[in-house]
Amino acid sequence: MEDTIAAVATPYGEGGIGIIRVSGNKAGSILNMIFRPLKYQNATQIENRRLVYGHIVDSKTDIVVDEVLAVFMKAPHTYTAEDVAEIHCHGGSVPLRRTLDLCLSAGARLAEKGEFTKRAFLNGRIDLSQAEAVIDLIRAKTDLSFDAAMSQAEGYLSQKIRKIRENLMDLLVQLAVNIDYPDEDIEVLTLQETEKSILQIYDKLEKLRSTADAGRILREGLRIAIVGKPNVGKSSLMNALLRESRAIVTEIPGTTRDTIEEGFDLRGIPVQLTDTAGIRETEDPVEKIGVERSKDAFNQADLVLFMLDTSRTFDREDNDILEQIGNKKVLFLLNKTDLPRKFDWVEIEKRLPGAEKTELSLKEETGISLLEDKITEWIFGGRVKREESGMVTNLRHIKLLEQAMDALSDAKTAAEQREALDLVEIDVRRAWEFLGEIIGETAADDVIDKVFERFCLGK
Amino acid sequence: MSNYKMGDYDVVVIGAGHAGCEAGLAAARMGKKTLVLSINLEAVAMMACNPSIGGSGKGHLVREIDALGGEMGIIIDKTFIQSKMLNTAKGPAVHSLRAQADKERYHQEMKRTLEKQENLDLKQGEAVEILTEENVVKGVLLKTGAVYGAKSVILATGTFLAGKIFIGDRNYQSGPNGLAPSVELAENLRKLGFGMRRFKTGTPARALGKSLDYDKMTEQLGDSEIVPFSFMNETLEKEQSSCWLTYTNEETHRVIRENFGRSALFGGQIEGIGPRYCPSIEDKINRFPDRERHQLFIEPEGLSTDEMYIQGMSTSLPEDVQEQFYKTIPGLEHLKIVRPAYAIEYDCIDPLELKLNLEHRKVSNLFCAGQFNGSSGYEEAAAQGIMAGINAVLKLDGKEPFILDRSEAYIGVLIDDLITKGTNEPYRIMTSRAEYRLALRQDNADLRLTEKAYEVGLVSEERYAKYKQVNKEAEEEIKRLKETTVSPSEANPFLEKLGSSPVDGKISLAELMKRPEVTYDLLKEIDSGRENVHLISAHARKRVEVEIKYAGYIDKQRQQIEKFRRLEGRRLPENLDYSSLDGLRIEARQKLDAIRPESIGQASRISGVSPADINVLLIHLEKMRRAKA
Repeated sequence: MEDTIAAVATPYGEGGIGIIRVSGNKAGSILNMIFRPLKYQNATQIENRRLVYGHIVDSKTDIVVDEVLAVFMKAPHTYTAEDVAEIHCHGGSVPLRRTLDLCLSAGARLAEKGEFTKRAFLNGRIDLSQAEAVIDLIRAKTDLSFDAAMSQAEGYLSQKIRKIRENLMDLLVQLAVNIDYPDEDIEVLTLQETEKSILQIYDKLEKLRSTADAGRILREGLRIAIVGKPNVGKSSLMNALLRESRAIVTEIPGTTRDTIEEGFDLRGIPVQLTDTAGIRETEDPVEKIGVERSKDAFNQADLVLFMLDTSRTFDREDNDILEQIGNKKVLFLLNKTDLPRKFDWVEIEKRLPGAEKTELSLKEETGISLLEDKITEWIFGGRVKREESGMVTNLRHIKLLEQAMDALSDAKTAAEQREALDLVEIDVRRAWEFLGEIIGETAADDVIDKVFERFCLGK
Repeated sequence: MSNYKMGDYDVVVIGAGHAGCEAGLAAARMGKKTLVLSINLEAVAMMACNPSIGGSGKGHLVREIDALGGEMGIIIDKTFIQSKMLNTAKGPAVHSLRAQADKERYHQEMKRTLEKQENLDLKQGEAVEILTEENVVKGVLLKTGAVYGAKSVILATGTFLAGKIFIGDRNYQSGPNGLAPSVELAENLRKLGFGMRRFKTGTPARALGKSLDYDKMTEQLGDSEIVPFSFMNETLEKEQSSCWLTYTNEETHRVIRENFGRSALFGGQIEGIGPRYCPSIEDKINRFPDRERHQLFIEPEGLSTDEMYIQGMSTSLPEDVQEQFYKTIPGLEHLKIVRPAYAIEYDCIDPLELKLNLEHRKVSNLFCAGQFNGSSGYEEAAAQGIMAGINAVLKLDGKEPFILDRSEAYIGVLIDDLITKGTNEPYRIMTSRAEYRLALRQDNADLRLTEKAYEVGLVSEERYAKYKQVNKEAEEEIKRLKETTVSPSEANPFLEKLGSSPVDGKISLAELMKRPEVTYDLLKEIDSGRENVHLISAHARKRVEVEIKYAGYIDKQRQQIEKFRRLEGRRLPENLDYSSLDGLRIEARQKLDAIRPESIGQASRISGVSPADINVLLIHLEKMRRAKA
């Protein structure tokens, strides 16, 4: 029996509706847990294939998340040939994601890219001729998540996870050597010590979990990074878009020392905007941190707004930034059109053929609405997409974090109840594996290697 | 010089160590005419290193071999001189039995068993060549010129193959324990295209018992209640011998450190890779310079000899240094060495060349087992031996191979690790290597394996009847304990006595047993139906206790196993052309092509094969299935 998967099945954006699809043998029970139909006692009463009106409710808080239409389709006559539930939410924003979150809490696993299609194929629902397309889908996913993993390699989350996994590894090695070498002259690990270690690790996970809570996800949306050399007007743009003064605006280069993040609604689309400190070489240690953060924000952005000052000529500093664009989606903003023009657009075109621009003067507050038009146009035209990163990946991370916490909490209970050391170990090991999934490390032989490295054992 | 034909066999086993004996017995018991060859018949089932069988993980293997109808458990039950259940302070999954053996008697009993076995001939002889025709086994040529026709050959050469002993700066060709090495066969295997490599292991000195002062050591006694290895034995009683514990000290370490330069290990003569879990004493002192002492056990080698094994102190230092440092240890001041310690290097193959049934990929009907496959230890060898024996016969009979997966047996973990991941050092089983430890307990080895082995024809009717009986007893008793309830007035006084919290309603006996402080035996006091349960055997009792007490954990593991089996059940065709499959990454393609996994599950355990590669494989499998349909 395959597990049950869920995902948003419609493209991201401010569509009228967004559909969440749930597939697998638990689809029916999951729907029943989160959906309260208006004209039925509960979701199990709904006839096969009937679209029904009702509410998605978070049963923990009894809060209504969205009013929706939902349908349950019994296997095998469905897209995946499994039991399928579909929930038609209001599109584009918070309710859709909260509904998905509820599905996952109710026991579904977040679908991988192309997984519905893969199941459809494996269950005989898709024509043989499409097999190659399915493989492409799977492959595209790996390459993408590989990118994501790379960009997060230095990231906050994976660093933290690595540290916590090291603590878990230390504990696992102690457990393993105690279990497998009862006759050796090694320090005996007691249940009390084990419990203490587990609690410490659990606390760290809890802290990490709280930094990535659902609220943050809901605030996240499309990630936009503003780049450009110092004093080109990045902060002013941010302020103009936010329509409130948040960043410090001065004439001294390097004033914006940190990245400044803000979530806001751009014509209905949740956007997370990051104003980066200039990506520049610097000796100032404080500024250095800002530059590093800028690079991270830049790497994770779905869209880059590259600001240029039309009152100055294209210079080396601009060029340095341009060279870092790589294959990022970029829109050039030509600022300070109110001043005499010294900048030549050809400089960009010859380096990046087909580049697109929009002109504005932040001082005179012109061109901003044009910019907003352009961004929304790009989103709805599919030119800027939210791929695996952002919400989806984070949701996956959060689920794995929670699974690791559950496993550790089981281990803690076992240690408290003075169960045998090897039983405690089982759940500690599960926690370690869940965390490994977040950063893509699952090698099981590590523990054994470490046992031999750290302890003197043998005949 | 001409060769001459000496006879024809279905199965010829080369080597009569722990792997060879089990392989030969399994083949003969399954009805095949079998020849077991040994360079020297004094080496049949020889325990060339430590005088014990079992221990953590290894004890599980012995129980599994026994449940399959193998011999190791039966022989050690006959010949042990001390028995101990280790790890009893931990959960039932890691309790492990270990017995000190009388080495000489172990050898004699096993040799006698082979001699008595119907369909089996035991013969002294050195194989020098595997005869093949178009990569199919045809027979074996001996050093004497004798040729034995064989439909199937099992290689179990242990440390004999191109063996080389190292003591100090001297080294010489030799098998273990001063026996002749097998040199020409190693050459022949290279010619057959086997990728040979060199591993090393070592053994400590043997001392004369009367030269030791036991007053300065701590006595280690056996268990008062002995648990047998074999499911065929209900109880065992025996007067047991003692082992002795003592420690090295700063002086010992000084002597060793000053002589590092004279160790073969640091002199660069040894090219073979030794196991990390069994380092020599000079290696321990080199790697762990802060340790003030290392423990060692003095263990008797048998009842008919005064030789004592110095466990924990293997070395390749020259004999004068050995004597000097051993003598710094309390109780060993006047020690007389009767056999010096040595390191031994030998040829073995890269197990990635084998299929899961232990058959070599390049030569049909050539099976491999034991140290030859890169493992270490008597138990690991015997486990592969019995599996190679069974599979050699099944292949000859045109039947499906007998494969145990990782959720069924430690034997499955051992073989899958070797064949799928390979090994860079002599491989030793450990309970940490098993994902489903709670399912792979030693108390339920029969439940996991006996039925399967009965189906392939290895298990005797007697063993099968016994297994059925235990099974029935355990199941009925579990059912009864679940159905029998007691009231608070019956239960609470009993619970109070045990310091356990009272209950406020009716509760089943099984539910009470889940409390750590309530055992099956103690429960008797409030279990009025117990007196009618007469038949229940020690094996069944143990099973009842564990199954009820750890039901929660066992269930959790059962779910994981179901998930694991789904992927294990998706077979991959043997001749799949991985180079023609779109969408696989190059590394995955190369690894899959070399290792040729037999199922999707096995493929997923190959390093370098990602989850996306597995998905791609699944799509191709479905494509092929539809193309066929």
